[in-house]
Amino acid sequence: MKKEKKYWKSLEQLNGDPLVKKFTENEFLEEIPVDEFLSNKENLSNTKTNRRDFLKFLGFSTAAATLASCEAPIQKAIPYVVKPDEIVPGVANFYATTYFDGHDFASILVKTREGRPIKIEPNQSSVNARIQASVLSLYDSARLKSPIKQGNAVDWKIVDAEIISKLKAIKDKQGTIAILTPTIISPTTLQLIEEFSSEYGNVRHVMSDDISYHSMLEANKKCFNARYLPSYNFEKANVIVSFGADFLGNWLDEDYATQYISARNPKDGKMSKHYQLETNLSLTGSNADERIQIKPSDQAYLLSDLYQALLRNKSPEDGRIKKIASDLLKNKQKSLVISNSNNQDVQILVNAINKLLDNYENTLSIRRPSFLKKGNENSVSELIEDMNAKKIDALITYHVNPLYTSVKPKIFNSALKNVGLKVSISLYADETASKMDYLCPDNHNLESWGDANPRLGQYSLMQPTIAPLFNTRQFQESLMKWMDSPNNSDYYAYLKDFYSDVNWNKVLHDGYFEKRDLAVSVSDSDFNIPLFKQSNDNGIELELYEKISMGNGSQANNPWLQELPDPISRACWDNYLTISASTARELDLSNRNVSNGGLNGSVVDVIGEGVTLRNVPVMIQPGQAHGTIGLALGYGRTHAGKAGDNVGVNAYPLLKTSKVKLVKLDKEHEFAAIQLHHTMMGRDFVKETSLADYIKDPKSGNHRETFAYKNEQLTPDKLSLWKEHDHKTGHFWNLSIDLTKCIGCAACVISCHAENNVAVVGKEEMRKSRDMHWLRIDRYYSSEMTPEHAKKNKVSTIKMYKDMEEPSASPEVVFQPVMCQHCNHAPCETVCPVAATSHSAEGLNHMAYNRCVGTRYCANNCPYKVRRFNWFQYSENEKFDYHMNDDYGKMVLNPDVTVRSRGVMEKCSMCIQTIQQLKLQAKKEGRKIRDDEAKTACSSVCSTNAIEFGDANDKDSKVHSLKKDERAYYLLDHLNVAPSVFYQTKIRNKA
Amino acid sequence: MHKESEIRDPLIIGNKSYHDITVDIARPVEGKANKYWWILFGLSLALFLWGIACIAYTIGTGIGTWGNNNTIGWAWDITNFVWWIGIGHAGTLISAVLLLFRQKWRMSINRSAEAMTIFAVVQAALFPLIHMGRPWLAYYVFPIPNQFGSLWVNFNSPLLWDVFAISTYFSTSVVFWYIGLIPDFAMIRDRVNKSTMPLKKRLYTMLSFGWSGRAKHWQRFEEVSLVLAGLCTPLVFSVHSIVSMDFATSVIPGWHTTIFPPYFVLGALFSGFAMVATLLIIMRKVLHMEAYITVKHIEYMNIIIILTGSLVGTAYITELFIAWYSGVTYEQYAFLNRATGPYWWAYASMMTCNVITPQLFWIKKIRTSIVATFIISIFVNIGMWFERFVIIVTSLHRDFLTSSWTMFSPTFVDIGIFLGTIGFFFVLFLLYSRTFPVIAQAELKSILKSSGSEYKKK
Repeated sequence: MKKEKKYWKSLEQLNGDPLVKKFTENEFLEEIPVDEFLSNKENLSNTKTNRRDFLKFLGFSTAAATLASCEAPIQKAIPYVVKPDEIVPGVANFYATTYFDGHDFASILVKTREGRPIKIEPNQSSVNARIQASVLSLYDSARLKSPIKQGNAVDWKIVDAEIISKLKAIKDKQGTIAILTPTIISPTTLQLIEEFSSEYGNVRHVMSDDISYHSMLEANKKCFNARYLPSYNFEKANVIVSFGADFLGNWLDEDYATQYISARNPKDGKMSKHYQLETNLSLTGSNADERIQIKPSDQAYLLSDLYQALLRNKSPEDGRIKKIASDLLKNKQKSLVISNSNNQDVQILVNAINKLLDNYENTLSIRRPSFLKKGNENSVSELIEDMNAKKIDALITYHVNPLYTSVKPKIFNSALKNVGLKVSISLYADETASKMDYLCPDNHNLESWGDANPRLGQYSLMQPTIAPLFNTRQFQESLMKWMDSPNNSDYYAYLKDFYSDVNWNKVLHDGYFEKRDLAVSVSDSDFNIPLFKQSNDNGIELELYEKISMGNGSQANNPWLQELPDPISRACWDNYLTISASTARELDLSNRNVSNGGLNGSVVDVIGEGVTLRNVPVMIQPGQAHGTIGLALGYGRTHAGKAGDNVGVNAYPLLKTSKVKLVKLDKEHEFAAIQLHHTMMGRDFVKETSLADYIKDPKSGNHRETFAYKNEQLTPDKLSLWKEHDHKTGHFWNLSIDLTKCIGCAACVISCHAENNVAVVGKEEMRKSRDMHWLRIDRYYSSEMTPEHAKKNKVSTIKMYKDMEEPSASPEVVFQPVMCQHCNHAPCETVCPVAATSHSAEGLNHMAYNRCVGTRYCANNCPYKVRRFNWFQYSENEKFDYHMNDDYGKMVLNPDVTVRSRGVMEKCSMCIQTIQQLKLQAKKEGRKIRDDEAKTACSSVCSTNAIEFGDANDKDSKVHSLKKDERAYYLLDHLNVAPSVFYQTKIRNKA
Repeated sequence: MHKESEIRDPLIIGNKSYHDITVDIARPVEGKANKYWWILFGLSLALFLWGIACIAYTIGTGIGTWGNNNTIGWAWDITNFVWWIGIGHAGTLISAVLLLFRQKWRMSINRSAEAMTIFAVVQAALFPLIHMGRPWLAYYVFPIPNQFGSLWVNFNSPLLWDVFAISTYFSTSVVFWYIGLIPDFAMIRDRVNKSTMPLKKRLYTMLSFGWSGRAKHWQRFEEVSLVLAGLCTPLVFSVHSIVSMDFATSVIPGWHTTIFPPYFVLGALFSGFAMVATLLIIMRKVLHMEAYITVKHIEYMNIIIILTGSLVGTAYITELFIAWYSGVTYEQYAFLNRATGPYWWAYASMMTCNVITPQLFWIKKIRTSIVATFIISIFVNIGMWFERFVIIVTSLHRDFLTSSWTMFSPTFVDIGIFLGTIGFFFVLFLLYSRTFPVIAQAELKSILKSSGSEYKKK
C-alpha cells in the first residue's frame, strides 16, 4: 500500500477539527462589510481619511511608483544547467574553418565567446574586410528564418514533401532539373550534385560567377586545353605588369598581397617592379611603382604591341610601354603579365606573352591551377534560353541572385516564369529568391559543415561554430533530403566519410591539409595569336569595378561594410561614377564642399547600349584616365535588408557595356566622404624615398627636424619640458606601421570594428565627419604643386597653398593607417579636467569611459584627430537602427569591451583587453609573454605584416628592432609627443 | 570736498537736486513699465524660452544635435562661452579699476556695467556645462571628496582652472555689486509706503541689511568697497588670461600662442565696453537717464574702445608676424588659412569690426554721436564674436593631418542656444532695470556738487 505523507500545522488540523476546515475555506470568518460600508454615505463622510490623508497616500504611491519605475528592466541571463566542457565563461574558443561564398575564399579561425562567434582571424590565408565582416552577417536579422512557400512560413516537412513529389513527377516525365550555383569548390558538394543528378536523371548543374572570369577560363581551355585559372606567384616575379587587374584588391585570390609584399622588402636591396596600366584608380594601381592611365579599349592594342615587341625583340610602337617591354625582356621567367579583360582573345594574348617570357611554371602555373572561379557564361545563357523554351522543369538556385546580378534581369525574370518548380536555397529573400516558389533558407557559412579545394592539392575544412540561429538547413543536407533516401541526410557523416583517408580530428583542428593531387595535364595548341589595332573612338568609356567593401554586393546588408570608407575615394554608403577632373570639366560636372564640409556632386543619367542608369552621382577621381568613367558593382540592392536597400545604383546591367553617354541632371548628390582633403599640403606625414636612394642611405627621406638651441641643432626629444614616464621597466607596448608594406586594404579597419564594438553611425553622420572608426587609413595623393616648385617658379605662398589642395591628375598615392598614437607626452591627457584619459605604465594612453564627462577638449588637442566622440546614443537607439539596435546583431559584440554610451569620448586602446588577457595567461603559466603572441586586432589580420605589435622593452621582439630601424619615424615628430606608434618610411621602386 | 576743474565737462546735466536724483533713479522701480520695456521683455523672454527648448533637446538627445564634428570638437559652444565671458569684463574694470583710479565718471555706469557682468557670466557659465557630453556628471569637475576610489580632478587641465577662475570671478563680482547696492536699496526701502506695499517694504528692508546711513556705515561701506576693488582688480586680468589658456596651452597651431593672455584680456575689455555702450544707450533712452549717462560718459567709453581696439588690432598683426617669423609651416599655414581659407569671411568680419570700425572714434563727431556709438558698439560685439569663432573653428578645422580637415556649419540648435542666451541675458537685465536702482545714486550724489552742470556754472 502506498503510504501517504501528511503535513500538519496544528493538532486540530491533524484531527480534522471542523473549525479548521472552516478556517481554511474562508480566510475571513465573517464577511467583510464592503457593501454596507460603501452604501452608508453618512458613514463615509465621517471617516477619518480626510483630504490630508488622501494627499499623503497619493504622495506615497506616486513616490513608490516613481521609485519602482527607476529600476532597470529585467533581462534574463540564463546560466548553463550543465556547462559544456569546452566553454569557460570569459575564455574564448577558436575554431578553424573555411569561408567561401562563391566570391571570396579564406581559411579562417573563428573566435567564439560563450558559444557565439564574434570575430574572424586568418588561419592559412589572409582574410579581407568582407570575410571579416561576415561574422556580422551571421547575426543579420534580415536573414531567412524558416522555409517559405509562396510567401508564407512553413515547416521543413511540408517543403520537403512537396519538393520531393514534384521532383519525382519531373523525373517520371523525364523533365530537366537545373541547379544554378556560383563556383563550387567543395568536392563533397560536387559529388552530392553528381549523386543528385544520377538520382533524377536529367540534372544540369550550371555555375555562374557574378563577376565573370569566363574568358580567362576559355582562353586557357583554348591554349592549354585546361579550363582552369592558373595559380600565380607574385613573390617570384621581378617585374609585374598588370593591365587593369586589381590583384591586391579583388582580383581572383586573397593571398596575392602577401606574395607581392614579400618580394618588396627594401632590406633585401631589391624590390619587384610593378607596372599598372589601368583606367580606374584601383588599390593595386595606388601601390604600383609606375601607373599608366589607359582607356579600357587601349588594353588589347597595348598587349598586342607588347607581344609583338617581345616576339621580335624590338621596341614597342607605343612609347608608354617601352620601358615595360625592356624590363620584361630582361626578366624572362621572372615576370608576370596579367589582365582583367573579359575578352577571350585578350586573355589568349596575355597567355602568349607569359609563354613568350617563359613564365609558365615559374611565376604562374596552369598545371597546378586555382579552382576559385569556374563559372561559364555560355551555359548560363543556354540555361536562360532553355528556360524560355520551357525546356527546364525545375530550377534550384543556390547562393545566386541573377535578378540582381545579370545584365538583363528582365529576360531572366520572364524566363523564370516558364519554369514549373522554382526552389531557392539562399540566406536572404533577395531579389531572386523572393520570386521563387520555395525558399529553403541555407545555413550561414559559420553554421555549416563543408570542405573546399581552392587550389590543386590544397584542402580546407568548414565546421559550424554555432548551432543554426534560425530554422535553416544547409544546401548539402537539403540535396540529400531530396534524394531518394530521405533518411540519409547526415551531411556531417557524409563529409567525414569522404575524407576517411586523412586524420579527421587533426585536419579539423588545423582547418586545412594538403594532398599530393596530380598536376593537371595540359597540351599546347597552335593557333594564330589574335592582334588588335588602336581604336580611335572618342566616346566615354566605362569600366566597372568592385569595391573593397562591397565586392559583388551579396553582403550589402552588412552595415560594417557599408560604412567602410573606400580606400581610394574614402566615401562610404554609396557607389558613384569616378571621373577625371578634366573630363568632368568638359562635361560640366563638378564636386563641391558645402558649408559643413560635406561633399556634393553632380548627378547624371548613364546611357549605355540598351540600358539607362538613372541618378548616378559623379565623383571626381584623380588618376582616372581621361575620357573614362568607373562605377562600382554591388550597390543598388532592393531586397538586401534595411541597411543595404537602395544604397547606390545597380551597375550589373552595364556589365557588357563599354561606351556610355552621360546626361547631366539638374540636381546634386550628397556623398558621405570621410576624407575631404586629399593632399599632404607639402607636409611630411608620409616620409618617402626611392629604392635607389634607400640603398645609398637607409635614412634617406627620414631626416628628423632639428631646432637650434645654444649653438647646436637638437632633435625635438632633446628639448623636452616633460617629466618622462618610466618606460624602462615592465612592458612598453609599441606598434610599428610599415608604409612600404601597407597596401590600404582596410582589413584592419573591420577587424578593429569587430574587436572593439565600434558603432555604425550611418550615412548622414559619416557625411558630417562623425565616424566612429578607431583606426582609419588616410590616403594622400601627390600634387603638381610643391614648395620646391613654388620656390623655383616664384609662386606666391597663397597661390602655392591653393594649388597644393588640388591633387595631381595622375597622382602618386600613399596609404597611412592612423589610430591613437599612444603618446607618452600626450596632449589629451593634460587637458582632461577630470583625468578620464591618463597614461599607463606600459606606454598606453587609457580612456576611462565612466569618468568621461565629454568636454571634447582632448579631441581638440589631439594632433592626430583620432579621438571619437559619441555624439548620440549609438546602441539601442531607433535612430541608429544597425546591429547594436538588434537583438541578433548585438550577439556579435565582444563581451570584453564596453559598449560606449552617449557623451563619452572613445579611441583606440591598443586592444588593451587582449594585452591584459595575454599578461594573465603568461602569469598563470609562469613565463614571459612571447613576441609572436602579442597582437592587436589590426596587426593580427594584416596580410602583409605592415602592422607589427609588441613589447619594445623585449630585446628580441620585432618592434624593438623596428624601432631602431633607419626607416622608423614618428608622425608629427616636431611636436615631441613621443608616440608609442611609429611608422616606417615608404619606399618606391622608381628612378 | 572733491574739487573738479572748471574745464571738465559736467557728469550730471540739468538742474538736479539730491532729491531729483533720488526720484529719477527710483522712478523705474516705483513706476509702471512703459511700452518699450514690455516689447523688449516679451522678445527676450521668447528667445529665452526657445533657448531653453534647444538646451533641453541637446541634453535629451546628444551633442550631435549641434554642428560639431570629430575634427571641430568645439564651435559655437565655446565661442559663445568666451564671448560672454569677455563681455563680463568691463563691469569689474569699471567698478574696481576705475574706482582705484578715482574716475568719477564711472559712478553713472558702474551699477549697470556690473549687473551686465554678472548676467553675462551667467550666460558664459552655461556653456561649459551644456557643452559636456554628459552634463549630469558635471560635478566631476569639482574637487569634491568622493567614494569613487582615488578619483580626483586633473589640476593640469586649463578647463579646471576655468572652473576656479569663473566661480571666483562670479562670486567676487556679486559681492562687490551687492555691497554697492545696499545704500540704494535702503533709499528705495525708505520711499516705499509700508501700508500700501508691505511686501515691497519688507523685501527692500531685507535687501538693505538695516542700512541707516550712519557715518560709521558710510565709513565701512567705503572701506569694504576699496578692499573689494583691490581684490577684483587682479581678477579682471586673471579670468580671461585663464580662459585664454584653454587655447594657449594646447598644441594646435593658432591656439598655441603665448600672446593669448594679454590679447584675450584686451579683447574682453574691448567687447565689454562695447556691450556697456550698447546697453546704456538703450537704457538711458528707455529709463530716461539722459541726465546721468551723458554724451561725455559715452565719449569716455569710446576712448577706451579706441585704445583697446587698437591694442587688439596690434595683437592680430603681431600674431601674423610671429607666425611668419617662427618659420613653422603649420603655424604659417594656420594664419594664412584664417585670412585666405574657406573662413576668410569670418576673419574679414573680425578685422573690419574690431580693427577698422573703432578707429572711427578718432573723429570727435562720431565719438560723441549716440547713434554712431550705438552702431559701432554693435559692430564691435559682432566682431568680437567672430574673433572667438576664428580662433576656435578656423584653427581646428585645418590642423595638422590634412586627412581630418573639414568644415563646420551650425544647426538650428546651435543658433537657438546662442539666441537663447541673448534672450536670457536681456530678461535678467530688464528685470534688473525694474527692480534695482540702475545707477549708483548714493555715489552719484557725492559728485553732484562738483560735477553737476548747474553747480559747475556757479
